[in-house]
Amino acid sequence: MSRPNNFGNPSRLLAGYAILYLAFLYIPVLFLPLFSFNDALHVTFPLKGFTTKWYEQMFYDEKMHQALWNSIKVGAVTSVVATTLGIFGAKAVTRFRIPGQKPVISVIMLPLVIPVIIMGVALLILFTRIGLPLTLFTVTLGHILICVPFAMATLMARFEGFDRSMEEAAADLGDNAWHIFWRVTFPLVFPGVLASLLLCFTISFDEFIMAFFLAGTEQTLPIFIYGQLRFPQRLPSVLALGACILVVSFFVVFFSQWLQRRGNAKPTGAGI
Amino acid sequence: MSDSAALAGTQPDQRPSFGERIRRFYSRSEAMRGYTLLSPTLLVMATMLCIPFGIMVLMSFWTQSGFDISTTFSLDNYVSVAEKPIFQALLIRSLIISGFCAVATVLISYPMAYYVAFHVHRRKLLWIILMTLPFWTSYLLRVFAWKVILGFNGVLNTGLMSVGLIEQPLEFLIYSPTAVVITLAHAWAAFAILPIYVSLEKIDRSLLEAAADLGDGPVRSFFRVTLPLSLPGVIAAMLLIFIPTVGDYVTPALVGGPDGLMMANLIQAMFGKMNNWPLGSALAVSMMIIVTLIALVYVWITRKLVGRIA
Repeated sequence: MSRPNNFGNPSRLLAGYAILYLAFLYIPVLFLPLFSFNDALHVTFPLKGFTTKWYEQMFYDEKMHQALWNSIKVGAVTSVVATTLGIFGAKAVTRFRIPGQKPVISVIMLPLVIPVIIMGVALLILFTRIGLPLTLFTVTLGHILICVPFAMATLMARFEGFDRSMEEAAADLGDNAWHIFWRVTFPLVFPGVLASLLLCFTISFDEFIMAFFLAGTEQTLPIFIYGQLRFPQRLPSVLALGACILVVSFFVVFFSQWLQRRGNAKPTGAGI
Repeated sequence: MSDSAALAGTQPDQRPSFGERIRRFYSRSEAMRGYTLLSPTLLVMATMLCIPFGIMVLMSFWTQSGFDISTTFSLDNYVSVAEKPIFQALLIRSLIISGFCAVATVLISYPMAYYVAFHVHRRKLLWIILMTLPFWTSYLLRVFAWKVILGFNGVLNTGLMSVGLIEQPLEFLIYSPTAVVITLAHAWAAFAILPIYVSLEKIDRSLLEAAADLGDGPVRSFFRVTLPLSLPGVIAAMLLIFIPTVGDYVTPALVGGPDGLMMANLIQAMFGKMNNWPLGSALAVSMMIIVTLIALVYVWITRKLVGRIA
């Protein structure tokens, strides 16, 4: 670290590349708000004129509101259940030496490396076979499956990030396990819990393929959007909706990432 | 009185051994306590993975005739998966597109991760958040944005024409495997950046100083120290992109056109319009097996390579 920047020119070259890269990442995303204010039915350049009518249209779209509400319900239940399961799992694997820990973690993390369509199809077959009707409940089950690995990863980082002697101190002072968890562990991991809740909600809110197979007649927002993409006259109000989602999820994700990483960056145990 | 005082006096000396005994007892049952705590999560995940997969595998050995499913064991579905050229063509195309996508995404993301790991000293967190932020916005709308960019009358074509670089809109941009690769590379970039960044960040900087002291130039020390040590991140990134994108359904459906359709679209069709769930299951199972085999062989080869370099 004594000579952190001794390459001079390559650094500037890389900085230029980094800016190009960010442009590649952001330009497509920023087309959404740009075209949502464009006064034309077709999403092409050149822009015609400034309008807010697509946003007004969005406010009167009952089906959209229903889909939005469905997604919020599914996302809320998914994030709470996945995070709760994540807390159990993360505490178990970070606090106890468990034989076969690696394979156990691999099983929980498995959904990260299985194509979603395969999990969706497999769950569809199961639910149909046991006669469970396809509703938002089945979508929620599917989303929990996808979200638990993300919750685990977020929470494991947090559980590993603080000094466990605090828990030991509480135990020495005579607290029982349940008290220790609520009074010592939980406050310490709380930023991680919040980050996990927000991330799981965001993932569930945006998830399409699983919901596409498991939703039955009840639409979530991505299913609604996918249905609209085929109709050019509906597109602008979808873009307006997309722009709103964009702004909200930017804030939510920025906040949760900031929470999580800020917490982890701290010296151990300084969280109180 | 004196007895209890004596007891109180002796207890602090005995406590460590007593505590040690308790600790030993607990450490012996530590595995059990750990598993008790883990059981809800493990149980939910294991049942939600094993039972559906079991039933899907079972169903892949059944056959569909009209509206009825015959539950007698049969290999018919797998025979047609192996024999019908369309299935193989789609599977191979899916593997090629995802493979291309994984390689391209890793190649373009590596310098970015390298920049943040080695050349950004303050505000690293901000850069990381900036790089992963687009990943959290609507996947469908990001794919749709690429449709707007690559389309026949899209941003790229009108832009290139107004500059005078081309006279006719480029038709291969949209509804092609190229469009699928570009869109997927954009959508999955975060899965490349993060693991590569983490592995670069872990590299002990004194190794690079040692290489410099021994006379290695920046390029040589990159290829002899940095790159080999960051390979685990590269390997993880490749797998994290390759495996899920093989099963992507949205991107091929929206920007792929007939030549860009992939396995997932076929599987979806079997569960939708074609209404042949057993054949769809056989396709899904075959895809899983092939992808797993490829991933295992890939990991095995790269481990050998990394071992040789290190």
